[in-house]
Amino acid sequence: MTGPALDARVADAIARAHQDEWARVVATLTKRFGDLDIAEEGAAEAFATAVERWPADGIPPNPGGWLTTTATRKAIDRIRREKKRDDKYREALLVVDVPDPHEPLESLGAIDDERLRLLFTCCHPALGMEARVGLTLRMVGGLTVPEIARAFLVQETAMARRITRAKDKIRDAGIPFRMPSADDLPARVDGVLTVLFLIFNEGYLATGAGTDPVRADLTAEAIRLTRLIRGLLPEAAASYGEVIGMLALMLLTEARRAARVSSSGELVTLDEQDRGAWDAALLAEGHELVRTRVLAAAASGQAPGRYQLLAAINAVHTSARDIRDTDWSQIVALYDQLVRIDPSPVVALNRAIAVAEVDGPEVALAAVARLEAALDGYHAYHATRADLLRRLGRSAESRAAYDRAIELAGNTAEAAYLSRRRDQLG
Amino acid sequence: MHYLMSVFGPAELTELGSYPDKATMQQAMADTGAFNDRLQAAGHFVYANGLASATSATVVDGQVDPPVITDGPYLESKEYLGGFWIIEATDLDQALALAAEGSKACRGKVEVRPFQAYDPQG
Repeated sequence: MTGPALDARVADAIARAHQDEWARVVATLTKRFGDLDIAEEGAAEAFATAVERWPADGIPPNPGGWLTTTATRKAIDRIRREKKRDDKYREALLVVDVPDPHEPLESLGAIDDERLRLLFTCCHPALGMEARVGLTLRMVGGLTVPEIARAFLVQETAMARRITRAKDKIRDAGIPFRMPSADDLPARVDGVLTVLFLIFNEGYLATGAGTDPVRADLTAEAIRLTRLIRGLLPEAAASYGEVIGMLALMLLTEARRAARVSSSGELVTLDEQDRGAWDAALLAEGHELVRTRVLAAAASGQAPGRYQLLAAINAVHTSARDIRDTDWSQIVALYDQLVRIDPSPVVALNRAIAVAEVDGPEVALAAVARLEAALDGYHAYHATRADLLRRLGRSAESRAAYDRAIELAGNTAEAAYLSRRRDQLG
Repeated sequence: MHYLMSVFGPAELTELGSYPDKATMQQAMADTGAFNDRLQAAGHFVYANGLASATSATVVDGQVDPPVITDGPYLESKEYLGGFWIIEATDLDQALALAAEGSKACRGKVEVRPFQAYDPQG
């Protein structure tokens, strides 16, 4: 008996199949049965059957094919059980040709396209943002409802309801399971990226001592899904560059995760981070992606989009071995481009932080002052002012700004950092 | 699939409807007419019409005998259904694209809502 060793190997194979095949199985069944609910349940049952059967029967040579076949059979069983006999289901039953689980799947291209459709359906603009996030993590990411609920700090029943309502709306309102038209594609890809960025940030901001590991895993999940859309979208698509930009931005941010919070749970800002603790492999990949986009933008003459610019700013920051080597004029130039696309006060605030390094804190403070009306309720506005005032030796004003920033900060790591800086004032 | 596209407006309409001036009203009506023609030509048109003001509505409850008749719209609101289209579209994406056109033409927000699917066995 090879008992425990085999079990570990099987467990590993099931985990890998879940990562690689979940979205494919759900997408294939959604296409065949025209119903997300049936697809989701069929996929879940197929994985449960794998857990039961693979330890005894062995890992099938083509796990993806085995899972798709099993999920399809389970779905048909359910349809028969429920005696759903309207035209759509009858048609689905007629076209079923269950593939041989031992034959490799022939046209992977067509199925990859189905995963992309699934992503676009889950991120449809007619669904609320929270529903899009939950549905994407469940249908494409394969997270369970309790996992998603924990990650977003909501009750399991509330998350289940949110996902069920979204599935009902997709069915009742006729949200299509297909690729958007060429005209709609850039806006729809942008919609998907917004969802993925939200998932990433939820995980990233949760970083810190005592954070639920499910929350921290959200960054990995967001990166995985962004890689998926990068792999599926044709390079010629108008929004491909922004997908690369988003992936680079996530990698360059994730690379600094370990250095970002101290052992005592305090936020460590970029200038104080131990740059040796940054993840070199993630940085290298992120930098390489930014380089390819800079070259592509130069070749096409097309202005880079928002995520490409944010990635480029992060690439400049993470290229410096020491904070003093940072190429701040390059960062200001990138912010100038970003301001043209996105004239929001938050972008202007971040630009002012870079301006302080090039033109000095006084010039930056004047730029920040113009944002007061828009950002008075935003902790980063007051934290930035506090830092600039400190550097100008205006301690009393700086202290008041720190007080306000601490009052508004929602994150304990950040509040701890701001309190320390305030208490260091002379 | 059939979709209801509704447009909302104030309870009481002036002779300008809910439009700021006469020129805008005339242009909106002309644009809406042209939009309806396009719906007809492309086979999307099922029905469309504008409603008289909500204050002209009457509620009837026939569950009791004799029926109870009440003046006014069913729900108290600041804005009421002012007009609607029923369209045929292949899916929500097509319905939303048509709604965007209709909204631009009539100068109002449009709510898109699917009709229940007809299920002969249901």
